[in-house]
Amino acid sequence: MSPGTESPEMTSLEADAFVEAAEQVETPEAARASAPPVNADGEQLLEISMGPHHPSTHGVFRMNVVLEGERVRRLKPVFGYLHRNHEQIAEKASYLAAIPYTDRLDYLCSMTNNWAYALSVEKLAGLTVPERAEYIRVIVGELTRLQNHASLIGFLMQDMGASGTPLMYAFREREKILDLFESLSGARMMCNYMRFGGVRVDTPPQWLEQVRTLIGEFPRFLDEFEALLMENEILLSRTQGVGVLPSELAVSAGTSGPMLRASGVNYDVRKVDGYGIYDRFQFRVPLGEHGDVFDRYMMRVLEMRESLKILDQALRDISAGPIIDPKAKLRGLRPKAGEAYGRIESPKGELGFFLISDGSQNPYRYRVRPPSLINLTVLEDMCLDRSVADIVVILGSVDIVLGEVDR
Amino acid sequence: MLGEGIIKGLVETARNFFGSYTSKQRLTTVQFPDERLIQPEATRVFPFLVFDTDDAEKGLRCVACKICEVECPPQCISIVKSADKKPDYSGIYAGKPQFYPSKFDIDVSVCMSCQICVEVCPFDAIKMDTAFELSTDDRFGGLLWDKQRLARSNEYYRSIHPTEAAEVDAQLAAKKAKAEAKPASAAPSGDTTAR
Repeated sequence: MSPGTESPEMTSLEADAFVEAAEQVETPEAARASAPPVNADGEQLLEISMGPHHPSTHGVFRMNVVLEGERVRRLKPVFGYLHRNHEQIAEKASYLAAIPYTDRLDYLCSMTNNWAYALSVEKLAGLTVPERAEYIRVIVGELTRLQNHASLIGFLMQDMGASGTPLMYAFREREKILDLFESLSGARMMCNYMRFGGVRVDTPPQWLEQVRTLIGEFPRFLDEFEALLMENEILLSRTQGVGVLPSELAVSAGTSGPMLRASGVNYDVRKVDGYGIYDRFQFRVPLGEHGDVFDRYMMRVLEMRESLKILDQALRDISAGPIIDPKAKLRGLRPKAGEAYGRIESPKGELGFFLISDGSQNPYRYRVRPPSLINLTVLEDMCLDRSVADIVVILGSVDIVLGEVDR
Repeated sequence: MLGEGIIKGLVETARNFFGSYTSKQRLTTVQFPDERLIQPEATRVFPFLVFDTDDAEKGLRCVACKICEVECPPQCISIVKSADKKPDYSGIYAGKPQFYPSKFDIDVSVCMSCQICVEVCPFDAIKMDTAFELSTDDRFGGLLWDKQRLARSNEYYRSIHPTEAAEVDAQLAAKKAKAEAKPASAAPSGDTTAR
């Protein structure tokens, strides 16, 4: 207590006693939390802090790990180092001004972030998306999935100690996709491409041809990747049976995306929600069986093959036409009071934007449902009784981007 | 046999290594300062202000309407509207004098290259540049670009975004023809409405 806040009636002696009493108050819970962790025999356990500056954490993410020998007994994830007040900024800005900020949520997949946000505003404002824009959205969305999954596998191998090679091969392919994004939208990563009721610009000449060439060459890369990794004994022993996520837990924790499907739960927003025009495409949803790191890795490999099928069909069916709803206004969008939730299957899982409008120029409430954060909540359950080296692999298989986790 | 998978993988890496001597597909590195990739036409880095004629000061298309200042998501544009009016050099206002920005600053350390200022500008006065080697050791003044630093000629715009500039030129020519056809009393009210 600083002298300035003392009430005039209190003498300095009384004030000292007051301060002392305040310092001594400690709840039993707080006492237990601050006490050093012990095992059943009363031996003290080792508590280490992995992160926030740890190369395996994919950014600034901290895990407080309690170890008994080499085994994990407790794991507490600490979020928020990259918090940028995204939701509050979006509530203060116009609907349009939030789009470039959504690029920066999951900065590997800006196209799908744009899409999810545009979808929820379209629901709120009652805009319809023209046919061609829907196809372009599917094409860029699936290209995003390809580059996200390819680089995720690269990062996972990097975490496992295969330093460089798989990651560089993945980046070589990702580069081609980013080049396509640049010639389409002007930026490689922060695309800012979707608009409410469509997309910003039409595809440049020859762009669709370039996509066709790319997806023609992509299976060769996948074959190469599989030959490089799939039978590797080190990979198999590091991933099989590691970080098992039972399907009941995966469902009750609300995980989504490849992680949920690796646990054998058939849930893909593209299938169950059929947003956009996904009901027109023939594709399968790969399902895992064991829910371990290997299954999660396999989900990504198989999903890339399915994405190629979707791209193939989208490129076949796309036709000329308008790319934006003529009713859509760029500036001064004032949706009627109401609320909307738009969700898509982003490469990381179910990405949703919940918006409440009060009829003004900026959303009254803007909320992101980030798949990375929710998938990360089961980290402790997957890591218990595994070694420290496994934490790194398990975290890598969750596929997080800290921009989205902390927002 | 244990280790078979690893050997299979190594065969793949060897194929990539030796392939990099013969195949362009496998050798993707560009020796940057000496070799440069061609930038796509859509590339955007930071905004610039377009001017007509060859006077960067008087020929600015910007009429200080402040729409971009309001819409800019990170609020990095700062405009002060002039007290007086300058003559119309573009011809699209039928010779009527227009306001101009007495100050137009963009803090490029805040700018996130989102292009929203370009999209909302009803006068085609602000466009995206493609120059990217912009490092400076002056982190205050060197990153706060004023009107003089931002001004680029329309010829420059045509050279970096030829297709887009051709469309803009055609639209402006149409506006100009319309303005000249009508007597000077017709104010360009249609131009100022939001898209």
